[in-house]
Amino acid sequence: MHTAPIVIIFGTIVIALILAVLSHRRKKMSLEQWSVGGRGFGVLFVFLLLAGEIYTTFTFLGGSGWAYGTGGPTAYILAYGAVAYLLSYFLLPPVWRYAKEHNLISQPDFFNKKFDSKWLGILVAVVGVVAIVPYLQSQMTGLGLIVETASYGAIHQSVAIGIAMIVLAFYVTLSGIHGTAWTAVLKDITILTVVIIIGIALPMHVGGFHAMFTKINAEKPGFLTLGAKGMGVPWFISTVALTGLGFYMWPHAFGAVYTAKHERVFRKNAIFLPLYQLILLFVFFAGFAAILITPGLKNTNLALLVAVQKVFPGWFVGIIGGAGVLTAIVPGSLMLMAAGTLIAENIYRPIVGNASPKQVQVVARVMVWVVAAVTFLFSIHSNAAIVALLLMGYNFVSQFFPTLLLSIFARRAVSKPGAFAGILVGVAMVVYFTMTKQSLVFGLNSGFWALLVNFIVVLVVSAATRDVSRNQVTSAAQS
Amino acid sequence: MAIRWLTLVPLLFIFVGVAFANHATPIVLGMPFLFFYMVLCIVVTSVCMAIVYKFDPTNKEGK
Repeated sequence: MHTAPIVIIFGTIVIALILAVLSHRRKKMSLEQWSVGGRGFGVLFVFLLLAGEIYTTFTFLGGSGWAYGTGGPTAYILAYGAVAYLLSYFLLPPVWRYAKEHNLISQPDFFNKKFDSKWLGILVAVVGVVAIVPYLQSQMTGLGLIVETASYGAIHQSVAIGIAMIVLAFYVTLSGIHGTAWTAVLKDITILTVVIIIGIALPMHVGGFHAMFTKINAEKPGFLTLGAKGMGVPWFISTVALTGLGFYMWPHAFGAVYTAKHERVFRKNAIFLPLYQLILLFVFFAGFAAILITPGLKNTNLALLVAVQKVFPGWFVGIIGGAGVLTAIVPGSLMLMAAGTLIAENIYRPIVGNASPKQVQVVARVMVWVVAAVTFLFSIHSNAAIVALLLMGYNFVSQFFPTLLLSIFARRAVSKPGAFAGILVGVAMVVYFTMTKQSLVFGLNSGFWALLVNFIVVLVVSAATRDVSRNQVTSAAQS
Repeated sequence: MAIRWLTLVPLLFIFVGVAFANHATPIVLGMPFLFFYMVLCIVVTSVCMAIVYKFDPTNKEGK
């Protein structure tokens, strides 16, 4: 009986809950405090909240699994972060400034305010929630996989997911973003240590880095470069562009931007966040080593865990499990909170019309539980489609980018109908490509085509409707 | 503000340079060449952002 891993995993959950309660105690919880931390976070906390986006369960298992199963194309994961952070230097300060000026809480607030259109806000909220559910689901399924494997099958995956969802919903209801930031500190220390240890130990186990890659390259020529399965250089470029631009379009990432104390926080973080990506290398090394340690796995997501089980003692497997729990709780709680706030603040409130702040707050907290329940149902009823769903989510949120970019830097080039048309056309194309299972179109990532068409539609429709809206303004002024 | 154009350097490294770096060998610092090149891109990004941050007049305001 392997009790050590289970004890360590549950110990981690208890510590995370204690941190949530402690961080909550001395703060009065208004909705602004609950979801944007009173806009008082400095460089380090914002760094950790945004870095929390990189080290998710999906990266932990998916990153190593991709290295194991796909090889060279995994390199895109290193590149897109650099593009996203570089972009953040220019993009985030104006977003933050506008949000502070108008006391905005969420992403749809931003679009609503910019275009003075409650329905645009509602559209953005709906697309955001739709994109969040599969993302959250992939985290939870990964978590279930970790707990099941780390407990050597003693805890079944669906039980693990169920426990995780309840813990997460409890956690979010109790503490809001303060709890997340503190758990992020704990999570980052644990995951950094664990990832570096296995990223060095596993390659050493198969004869060292140089020998390992030489052997893989000899066994599978072409595996360590771009080009396999149609994923060549054009695929790399379009995918890095798509995910780099979409990075901050996630409602929870956009919301995390509001927590900063000052806009310089983002510019400073743009220096250090790219370097933080380098830790991912160790995740890939572990995945590559698994090719030689445990070849021929059907479920590539299990590569890291199975390799670790073969090489390390039981208690260490428990630590990996604990780290895995934390990598799910930090992004998971951000996403759950974002979903709750989106539904309450940006769908419920504008439709009901005269809801009190108290009511909105209650709806937000109830919705956290509803979204958790929905995600749980999806998680236990689906299997391999998770990665497809996750990419669909990414393709969805990146459709906000053209409108957002123009609304900040060339407000006059985009009109309200243009914004609607662009987002709707982009989202429709993403749905079509996903339904017909086309992830590659003419060698480029299909989501990139949707983004491109979206951009053109925004510009064309805005140009066509601009005169109309100007006439309306003049006639309104005259009457 | 002209210093901000420096951010084009890492973008060229990533989006254009990759076409020339798509090799498994030589293995550099224990990594296949493509992965080593990605590490180089990240370091270049970080260095460029540090220089931009240092010289961008926007970051001097209200200190």
